[in-house]
Amino acid sequence: MAAGTVPTTSAAPGRPARGRRYREERRLTRVRVAALLVLGAVWVFPLVWMAMTALSTRADVAAGGLPSLARLSTETLTTTLASFPISRWAVNSVAIAVVAVALTVVVDLLAGYVLAKHRFRGRALVLLVVVATLMVPVQVLLLPQFELVAQLGWVNSYWAVIIPRSAEAFGVFLARQYLLAIPDELLEAAALDGAGRWRTFTSIVLPLAKPLVGVLVVLTFMYRWNEFAWPLVALRDPDLYTLPVGLAFLQGQYGTDYPTLMGAALLSALPVLALFVVAQRWFVAGLARSGLK
Amino acid sequence: MSAVAARPAPVRPDDPPRRAAGRAQRARSAATSWTMLAPALLLFGVFLVYPLGRAVATSFTDADGITGGSFVGLANYTTMAGDPTFWRAAANTVGLAVVSVPIALALGLLMAVLLSGPVPGRWLFRALFLAPVVVSGVVVGMTGQWMFDENVGVVNAALGGLGLDLVRWQSSGGPAAASVLTMLTWSRVGLVAVIYLGALLQVPGELLEQAQLDGASRWQRMHDVVWPQLRPTTFFLTVVLVIETFQVFDLVFVMTGGGPGVSTELLVTYLYAEGFEARRQGYGTAIGVVVLVVVLAFTAVWWRAQRHTEDEL
Repeated sequence: MAAGTVPTTSAAPGRPARGRRYREERRLTRVRVAALLVLGAVWVFPLVWMAMTALSTRADVAAGGLPSLARLSTETLTTTLASFPISRWAVNSVAIAVVAVALTVVVDLLAGYVLAKHRFRGRALVLLVVVATLMVPVQVLLLPQFELVAQLGWVNSYWAVIIPRSAEAFGVFLARQYLLAIPDELLEAAALDGAGRWRTFTSIVLPLAKPLVGVLVVLTFMYRWNEFAWPLVALRDPDLYTLPVGLAFLQGQYGTDYPTLMGAALLSALPVLALFVVAQRWFVAGLARSGLK
Repeated sequence: MSAVAARPAPVRPDDPPRRAAGRAQRARSAATSWTMLAPALLLFGVFLVYPLGRAVATSFTDADGITGGSFVGLANYTTMAGDPTFWRAAANTVGLAVVSVPIALALGLLMAVLLSGPVPGRWLFRALFLAPVVVSGVVVGMTGQWMFDENVGVVNAALGGLGLDLVRWQSSGGPAAASVLTMLTWSRVGLVAVIYLGALLQVPGELLEQAQLDGASRWQRMHDVVWPQLRPTTFFLTVVLVIETFQVFDLVFVMTGGGPGVSTELLVTYLYAEGFEARRQGYGTAIGVVVLVVVLAFTAVWWRAQRHTEDEL
């Protein structure tokens, strides 16, 4: 991200800066900053509005229609938390996301490593299946997956949400693309040193794959935390709802009680926003990587 | 590394005992490969490949969620051909892709170009644009419902404040579709911007300097040098965004419920309504199969086109 990598300001360091060009650059930077400030304000507005509504009293919103900055209070938020099983849904969301992420990341790493670095008969076929399932819209599978989960007796359990979604083609694909870059010589050297395939995986591949693990953890967590359609189908008992399903349930029951709805929305968005702030670099690297291939 | 040095002599490929040993080792390592793949294969087979087969089979039955249903041939598909709601949902889905994808690409590229310059606080702007990408579709949909509420929402309040006519965002089809489009764009442009930014930073600086020395204007450099370099990324993003648009569910389900009437109904929300709410599983699954075929056809075209530019899988 150094200034030197910026394509549009290619004035070479050694060249004497000409006054006119310098002034033009300054003017252009001001235009950029102004445009970014406007776009940034527009982009952050809905989230700010959600938070402000959540921190307004119902009376204020009902009376004026608009939340007021001067009278923010946590009153609505506290009563919302007290009157609905939001903390219960949060616990479900955390449990499901954590177990699912752990399982998915292990599966993705193993499969990605084998598909990137092992040579064996049938590899091309497995790769083809992975890539093909990448394209299957999840909604097509909703009905048959539900039937299957029902036959397994998992409906109304965490497993119903966790296990079917651990078959994550995108994660396997991302892991493979990343691990392709590990030099073969390194793995061959380990083999000559007498390390078996498992040993090579744990002592050579895993340490090199730390950034990949970070990307997979962040992306998988966000995916699991935000998922709606499948938990909506797989969970019937309101006590087992995840936050997004619980939110939609609240919306169905309390239609236009916006302070309550926005409070619940804010609470459900905060953990994933916090994770995003902490892991922004990994997240961005993961996104950028997915676009380059 | 010591083992490499200690190896006595180079292995000759025609040395029979060694070849046999190599074969045994290869068989052993193939077994290890399959063992390491086993969890993924089991999960993919049971929860993706098998259900996919079931979906196709169910689409030829009149299953209702209680009984398995009996074989009805192509009846679901012929019903679909004469079902105005299906065609409306299909038109809405295609229309949303046709309108929303170019908007997302253009806005995302604009953001990326702005962010690629020497601006202070770039990470902050990047975070602002990406934040909507990380929150759930349900939250985006609910926030949209509140902002576009035609009686108490902030959008109409702002329009009123400016002395403009209020818009019936929730009771009129066109405005409802526009409100969905707005929230969809808001929630995904940041992703496009970051991917474009990554590609922009890879454009070779020498190309731009050469163009500059040749007297090309800023716009000419963008149009003639940068834009062609971004073509693979634009291509990739177009495919991803179109496929994603065919799968938009949470946002519409929560924000408009497909309404008013069926004016914002999409193929996958219609699939859910038929398959789970009306319990016409056979019909719902048939809609899903149509979505699948469209997505696969689109991907296949992309795949063929892409093979010209890349050898890598």
